[in-house]
Amino acid sequence: MLGKRSKQTANGTTTMYRYDEFDHEFVNARVAQFGDQVERRMAGEITEDEFRPLRLMNGVYLQLHAYMLRIAIPYGTLHPRQLRMLAHVARTYDKGYGHFTTRQNIQFHWPALSDVPAILADLATVEMHAIQTSGNCIRNVTADHFAGAAADEVADPRPYAEILRQWSSVHPEFSYLPRKFKIAVTGAERDRAAIKTHDIGLHLKKNEQGELGFAVYVGGGLGRTPIVAKKLRDFLPQEHLLSYVTAILRVYNLHGRRDNKYKARIKILVHETGTEELASWVEAEWQALKESELKLPEQDVAAIQSYFAPPALAPRPEGDEVVRLAKLDSRAFGEWLGQNVTTHRNPDYAAVTISLKSIGETPGDMSDSQMEAVADLAERYANDEVRVTHEQNLVLPHVARADLKAVYDGLVEIGLATANAGLISDIIACPGLDYCALANARSIPVAQQIARRFSSLERQRDIGELKLKISGCINACGHHHVGHIGILGVEKKGAELYQITLGGSADENTTVGEIIGRGFGPDEIVDAVETLVEAYLSIRNDPSERFLDVYRRVGPAPFKEVLYGAEARAA
Amino acid sequence: MKLLTANRLSDGEAVWYADGLWVETIAEALIAHDKESAEALEVIGNKALADNLVVDVNLIDIEIIDGSIHPTRLRERIRAAGPTIRNDLGKQARIQQAA
Ligand code: HEM
Ligand code: SF4
Repeated sequence: MLGKRSKQTANGTTTMYRYDEFDHEFVNARVAQFGDQVERRMAGEITEDEFRPLRLMNGVYLQLHAYMLRIAIPYGTLHPRQLRMLAHVARTYDKGYGHFTTRQNIQFHWPALSDVPAILADLATVEMHAIQTSGNCIRNVTADHFAGAAADEVADPRPYAEILRQWSSVHPEFSYLPRKFKIAVTGAERDRAAIKTHDIGLHLKKNEQGELGFAVYVGGGLGRTPIVAKKLRDFLPQEHLLSYVTAILRVYNLHGRRDNKYKARIKILVHETGTEELASWVEAEWQALKESELKLPEQDVAAIQSYFAPPALAPRPEGDEVVRLAKLDSRAFGEWLGQNVTTHRNPDYAAVTISLKSIGETPGDMSDSQMEAVADLAERYANDEVRVTHEQNLVLPHVARADLKAVYDGLVEIGLATANAGLISDIIACPGLDYCALANARSIPVAQQIARRFSSLERQRDIGELKLKISGCINACGHHHVGHIGILGVEKKGAELYQITLGGSADENTTVGEIIGRGFGPDEIVDAVETLVEAYLSIRNDPSERFLDVYRRVGPAPFKEVLYGAEARAA
Repeated sequence: MKLLTANRLSDGEAVWYADGLWVETIAEALIAHDKESAEALEVIGNKALADNLVVDVNLIDIEIIDGSIHPTRLRERIRAAGPTIRNDLGKQARIQQAA
């Protein structure tokens, strides 16, 4: 259900995402059903209490200024025509922009409720929808944004993300879980999908016999109780993916707490039960399911995999020379190349990160015309593929090195060539109090001010990799717990206050950051961050020792000292 | 002092209660100066919710500063103006346009 990949297109290079007839019917029926619900709501035939769960099931929230519509981008893969449709939605029904989030979704912040059915109908024409982007169900399955392109990848995780998506879409048993449920998949040792912050994290790998399987992590999550997922199994043969995940969800559905919203996530169940005990429950469920129809037949997996077959990339050996000359010509291009271009498994190609963190702009926001321009670039130079990252950037996964300069020039024209991927100004920030009804403080202006303070790329590069993440309340949508530097906005006596955590990380060595001390006002927070960064620079052994490495080596004391001085020593 | 605020059902627009109608700018809102009038507003709010005109109805605290309405909470000031990082959006954009 919901999504098959078509056969190769005429030029033989790309596979396109295609619904079959059943999928189309299903999504269209859902659009019609919601259209009817909206109509009845507007006519006053159903109350807000009745309507709220219905709208949430279709991705519609209410924020401070308007409704918000959240649209899924499964495993972060977008076709240019889908990006064009998002541009159309932004322009026609919204205010000319969209916001990419940490969950490989896009949010529109201004749609009228009365327009939502038309928006969903438009999206359905490009095989997109907002189903299961909210509510206590299995949410959009996320994946490594370099899937299928990364040089260090063992296997493409997306076929399994797609299998999970088909299985979880309107799954009757798992539509009313105790709480929302998030799954992420990666196919490389290096975790770029933050799998250990998810309810289930899957690491696709090979065993000694060369067979594919998963290390299965469970019970990760952020929010008010951040917990790093625990490993339930080191190697689950891939054919057992659905039976094992079903077993985990059954255990959760049965034992997860429904009495207290704040204790309802599976992380709390794992924490309260203990990993070993929980693993034995899962094992017992699994034994009953293991050989059931949930066991994945080889040919079905192969069929899905073929939809994600590596694109047939033409040899482009001239890349090295073209890049060398272009670098001589443009220093800025060379800097961008060094920072935003990632090694591809094909040496003639590269993966390009398009930073949505231009200095002083809103992290993750993109205008309709920028979307269209990136769709153009993807069509001309990137094999018709765009990816959305959990770090609120975009990726062109397959660009010939020989075309990098052309892509760069195209990005310069639309203001999206900032060479800051992975640097301090590449900040994750949730919408915060500028939009969000749950917020305690603003996130975006803090991100903007920090980016401006460190606007010199030379300085940023000297500082090196530094992941700074900001949330406007303890729900932690901005991943602050796992930022090397995390910032959490709180409200104290009616004013905004920002708490700093240090030492968090969302990679293969995931850690939750530690609160460093009392918070800072909006006028102090940027200085505090700069103080921390300067302290790091003075402590590091050499430039290869990153902020996170230093924190792990020396601990919080020197950072407390520079922030709080005598106050810290007295405490 | 208090005001009654909500979001309009049809489009989610932030609105405030004025005399007998919901208005789109806070400056026009009806101020409750005492407990009785605040309670009267609450009744109106509940009815408007039940009548499916608005959603997320709240009574909010305000002060008068230099003759204009100033919500106590930053949240409400942002609702009344728009996102602080985009002056071209929300109510503040109209004020700019009008100016
Ligand atoms: C109307 C806007 C939003 C609302 C109402 C909302 C609500 C929430 C809530 C209540 C939680 C805590 C869940 C829990 O601990 O059980 C949460 C967590 C989270 N949300 Fe949001 N959120 C919003 C926007 C966003 C945005 C913009 C992003 C991406 C930038 C996002 C991504 C996440 C993530 C990654 C988490 C933490 C991971 C976890 O589930 O533990 N949310 N959100
Ligand atoms: S972290 Fe809080 S303020 Fe930020 S988007 Fe999530 S719920 Fe809103």
